[in-house]
Amino acid sequence: MLKFRVFPTHRQSRGSGTDTSCDGMMFHEKGKNQLIANFLRKHLLTLIFGVLCWVGFNAAGVSLGFVGGELYVRTVRNAVTILALLIPILAGMGLNFAIIIGAMISQLSMIIISDFSIPGLGGIFAAFALTLMLCFIFGHLIGRIMNAAKGKEMIVGIVTGYLGSNMYQMLFLVGYGTLIMPRNPEILLSRGIGMRNMIDIQGYRAVFMNSPLLIFTIVCAAAGFIYYLQWTKLGRRFAILGEGMQTAQLLGIDVDKTRIAAIILSTILAGVGHLMFIIEMGNVNVYTGHLNIDIFSSAALLAGGASLKYARIRHVFIGLFLFHTLFIVSPLAGQNIFNSAAIGEYFRSFAAYATIVLALVLNQRKRA
Amino acid sequence: MRIKLKPPTIVILIYLAMLLAGGFYVGLPLFPILSESMVKFAMNGIMVLSLLPMIHAGVGLNFGMPVGLSAALVGMSLAIQFKLQGGVGFLSSLVFAIAIAVVFGAAYGKLLNRLKGREEIAGVFTGFAFIPLMNIFWTVAPFTNRQMLYPVGGVGLRPKISLDGYFRFILDETLVIQLGKISIPLGLLLFYALVVAVIALIFKTQNGKAMAALRLNSGFARLSGVDENRVRLLAVILSTAIAAVGMCVYSQSFGFVQLYDGASMLTFPALSALLIGGGGSRQATITNAVAGAYLYQFVYLLSVPVANAILIPELAELLRMIITNGVILFAMLMERRWQHA
Repeated sequence: MLKFRVFPTHRQSRGSGTDTSCDGMMFHEKGKNQLIANFLRKHLLTLIFGVLCWVGFNAAGVSLGFVGGELYVRTVRNAVTILALLIPILAGMGLNFAIIIGAMISQLSMIIISDFSIPGLGGIFAAFALTLMLCFIFGHLIGRIMNAAKGKEMIVGIVTGYLGSNMYQMLFLVGYGTLIMPRNPEILLSRGIGMRNMIDIQGYRAVFMNSPLLIFTIVCAAAGFIYYLQWTKLGRRFAILGEGMQTAQLLGIDVDKTRIAAIILSTILAGVGHLMFIIEMGNVNVYTGHLNIDIFSSAALLAGGASLKYARIRHVFIGLFLFHTLFIVSPLAGQNIFNSAAIGEYFRSFAAYATIVLALVLNQRKRA
Repeated sequence: MRIKLKPPTIVILIYLAMLLAGGFYVGLPLFPILSESMVKFAMNGIMVLSLLPMIHAGVGLNFGMPVGLSAALVGMSLAIQFKLQGGVGFLSSLVFAIAIAVVFGAAYGKLLNRLKGREEIAGVFTGFAFIPLMNIFWTVAPFTNRQMLYPVGGVGLRPKISLDGYFRFILDETLVIQLGKISIPLGLLLFYALVVAVIALIFKTQNGKAMAALRLNSGFARLSGVDENRVRLLAVILSTAIAAVGMCVYSQSFGFVQLYDGASMLTFPALSALLIGGGGSRQATITNAVAGAYLYQFVYLLSVPVANAILIPELAELLRMIITNGVILFAMLMERRWQHA
């Protein structure tokens, strides 16, 4: 028994990860009711979010055009970040909450590039290049950390994210002005130590938003990359790893190395995704911009119908649509129903966290 | 008896030595800090103690502590709503808090029983989810005492309710003994000792022994007739209730009831304190909790004047957070190695 507790993934992963294949078997063996129950269980979160969106949309009393416009902006901001969660799920590592570190790296890169004042598209490409490089290095580090705590990747990811966040804040609050001297002293606080709360990058925003083709290309390239991955050797290794670490080991796969690769790819995608987010925003919230990115991305993915063991690209876009519709309409709905926009905002935070708890419960049931 | 220190304890002791050296250099007022440390220790220590029952039953570290803390916030709000002041106010908020914590804890425990083996991640998100849920409650709850409501509008509770005139410092200021330059808050420490005694007694009962059996060998415990789910539920309720007591003590020392996001900031420090004291997610004693709580608070108190002296006041808080999260991460990574050792 103790062994199972230490290595819970072994038990959960064997034979699962093939959620779709058991449907047909269920139909023959247990009849139609079972099939409906199974369907409900699999799509429970999506259905809940669908109903919530519908209620919220009606209560908010906004036009479809408004929601559509907002959704476009949010697709630009969040789609790639949510895509970043897919590979670790595929590789059986659960939700990668450490993507928050990728987000921090993208903020750091953008600040460095704007401090060097490389203008226009060149600056944007430089920021992407720097993000990719740093994400590769830190992704490797995070991968090693997760390998040291197999079976506990999710909680370790959260704590790693917190620790990274603290160190990142320390870098900007204490490091800048003492160890690192920016070219432009304007971005420091008046006491000369520490970065200001907000760095303006409106110049890049204007360039970026005026090239929808570039945005489209990045989103499609990220989605296409993950789609393409399943036919590559690496993608097959991830999928086998998703079946269980022991299976993978028996098949001669270097488990540790493959897991690190999954986390590196995830971190890179998260960095690229968040870089799009901050460029679209037009300013970098130095100390708080990255917070909660992990939670909201995870909740969106789960709302789209993914589980902790099975996620596909369609789940990303369904989830993006449902979760962010709820995000857009809930303050207005709160205002109209309870006469308080704050209630709507609390509700959507609750929805994000509760989604993850519910996903854990549903995932556990499947194991039992 | 041979004392074996775990890496977090050693690291914190080295950091403490560095701080003491730095403090000596900048001319630290040691005696006020020693007095202050005792208040802070008992103020935060009960929350550290609250982790013990769940660890004792093998449920793991209680990342869902906000559930218990929220129960205490409701309890204290009720006491303020009924304008119960002084000792009566404090005692009644304890009673309310424990009663609500039992209800919340039962629900939380049922959830954790469904998620065996994944209690930690489930606890994190249950705690997180609980806070916005309670925020909705604070916004709509029909409290009427003007001192609790937003000054403008009169609907919804304010984020910080002053306990001035209710039970602020009720434990801090009872039986304070001056020992040379150090003042010892004996009332507060006695209350802390009472909680320690209660926990020790509960561990001695049959249920307490069942918890220990469950942790050490759950299969064997089940075969010997221990109802696993019931005992685990009991441990979770106990942890939640003690966390609620801890929050009441914390608030009377702090002077305010912090609603809304106030409850979310206390879980990780408590966990970290226990780990610093040498505890782990599968094995922790009362000594670990007591020593860890004191070390954690003492180090933080020392670091504040040192950080101020080098003109970066945020540094103390940042270092505290880095130590907090670093210790938790480190303990998670090393857990398996320690088990085999």
